[in-house]
Amino acid sequence: MQVPPPDADGAAAAVEVDAAVAAGDDVIGEAGPITGLAYDMRGERRQAARERRRLLLRRPGFIIGVLIILTWIVCGVGGDKITPSDPLVPNDTSSLSPRAGHLMGTDQLGRDVLSRVMAGARDVLIVAPLAATLSVIAGAFLGLLMGYYRGWVDEILSRLVEVLLSIPVILMALLITATLGSSKIVVIGTVAVLFTPIVTRTVRAAVLSEAQLDYVTSARLRGEKGLFVMTREILPNITPTILVEYTVRIGYAVFTVATLSFLGAGIQPPSPDWGLAVSDTYALIPAGQWWPTLFPALAIASVVVATNLVADSIEAALAA
Amino acid sequence: MARYILRRLAFSIITLFLLVTVVFLITNVFPSDPGRQIAGPFASQEQVDVLNEQLGTNDPLLNQYGRLLRSSVTFDYGDSFQVGQPVSELLWPALGRSAKLVLYGLVLTVPAAIAAGMFAARRRNTFIDRGIVTLGVASSSIPEFVSGVALQYFIGVKLGWFEVLALAPRGSNLITELKHLTLPALSLLVVYFGYIARMTRAGTIQALDADYTRTATMKGLSTRHVMRRHVARNALQPTVSVVGTQIGYLFSGLIGLELIFNYPGVGRLIYNASTSKDFPLLSAGVILVGIIYMICTLAADLIIAWMNPRARLQVTS
Repeated sequence: MQVPPPDADGAAAAVEVDAAVAAGDDVIGEAGPITGLAYDMRGERRQAARERRRLLLRRPGFIIGVLIILTWIVCGVGGDKITPSDPLVPNDTSSLSPRAGHLMGTDQLGRDVLSRVMAGARDVLIVAPLAATLSVIAGAFLGLLMGYYRGWVDEILSRLVEVLLSIPVILMALLITATLGSSKIVVIGTVAVLFTPIVTRTVRAAVLSEAQLDYVTSARLRGEKGLFVMTREILPNITPTILVEYTVRIGYAVFTVATLSFLGAGIQPPSPDWGLAVSDTYALIPAGQWWPTLFPALAIASVVVATNLVADSIEAALAA
Repeated sequence: MARYILRRLAFSIITLFLLVTVVFLITNVFPSDPGRQIAGPFASQEQVDVLNEQLGTNDPLLNQYGRLLRSSVTFDYGDSFQVGQPVSELLWPALGRSAKLVLYGLVLTVPAAIAAGMFAARRRNTFIDRGIVTLGVASSSIPEFVSGVALQYFIGVKLGWFEVLALAPRGSNLITELKHLTLPALSLLVVYFGYIARMTRAGTIQALDADYTRTATMKGLSTRHVMRRHVARNALQPTVSVVGTQIGYLFSGLIGLELIFNYPGVGRLIYNASTSKDFPLLSAGVILVGIIYMICTLAADLIIAWMNPRARLQVTS
């Protein structure tokens, strides 16, 4: 403020900066120099994170969701080492109803349904989170660029995002897997690509509203590069939004991967995957053979509901 | 209003154009060999070449793109590769059957969901409200085919209340048809009830907290009158837009349900086309569902513009 501002805008900005410094001093009181301010803020942030964690752990939905997911992770990691019998090999009479020895019965080929449900956790728990992770990375990248720079590229990409959102994911996935064939890689890529526009839209909206705030303006006036403003200023402030979107996406990815497997366009036999098991056996329900279908179906439902419980709890804890 | 409709229509047409382009890119630019995919790994190269020639996949890409664009206007997609019939002859009857199921599902779902949402909003943060919201989240996060098999077993087989398979015998009357369609329609209800109810609840809460509602209550109007004339009108806007967008998604959710309940609708047709690599039918099916989705969102936007003049100012949200 010793140097006279070159124009009116600069003057206004300088006044704002002055005001901000004054306000900051008021808050800190006698704490003193800028280093003290930075230190205090870090401590405050850590305390806030701790409180949020405590809030999270107090929510029954979060605990239940995490427990369910952990159970399935144990099943998926353990695989056929912890299942009562081999999930892929027929080991008893076919189509036995649930009983001691086969708690969930056996399927039409004589394989133990309980073992298959346990082992079936593996593929979906690898494929779905991977797809969600990729889509969130791509979506955050695109959303940041589009929301920060705007302009005609943003205009065109936004239109494209709207179009991609107007096509039901499952249909698009069927189209892609019919063209490329279905392997785990294709399924991961397809779900990631189809989820990217959704994440992009969320992140872009968050960036748009962040970019109007004073801290972004002052970072720009300091002469920071766009990359710095996006990754060091805006990104930390929209991380909660991205985190919530990420957990929600994992839930939807499980949903989508299971549906694709059910439609024969996802995980392929002989994997004991749940969606696959349902599609192999649902035709037997009218004849009264419910157990090979219903147990894997409930397993799918449990994972999706558990992920949603966790997502809701995180959202609520961050909002509090 | 007329200006708004025109702008909104132009937007729909651009979207449709982009949709066709995306479908074209997926089916053509990815390295794929439709002839080989259809004929299988054991066919001779000559057979594959003949197939590719018939499919027109050897033509220059621009010609193929032009053909797909033209098809999307005239809705003449040529012959299905698997069945040999024109694609449109296969799609229209299937679409009619699916529409019947969707309509039935909506008739069951929408009034119940709106009632539940408004009920929950007026008893905010009570036990009943939490119950409705939690149930809604849980039920709408389960894939259609999962709730489908569950209903098929518990209500269809165990209790025997409704038919297990959805297609009524030829020439049966409406009541019998509806009886056959009840289980898949209920499965749609399970999936879409929660979402619509939650949107209605959110909209109602916003309207209940608004100043005009307070004014209406304070000038002594009856609760009934306030709810109907002041709250409902404003509260239902998000619901209308959600119902509009969900109809398009309903059609894709139908794939699983139509398989489980063995119903020859558009979902099962698209599924069969995808497993048999019937690209003319598959592309046409996907574009058709995209068009339906666009028409539904268009209708929803127009209804909202009619309900709320302020919405006419913007084309996209």
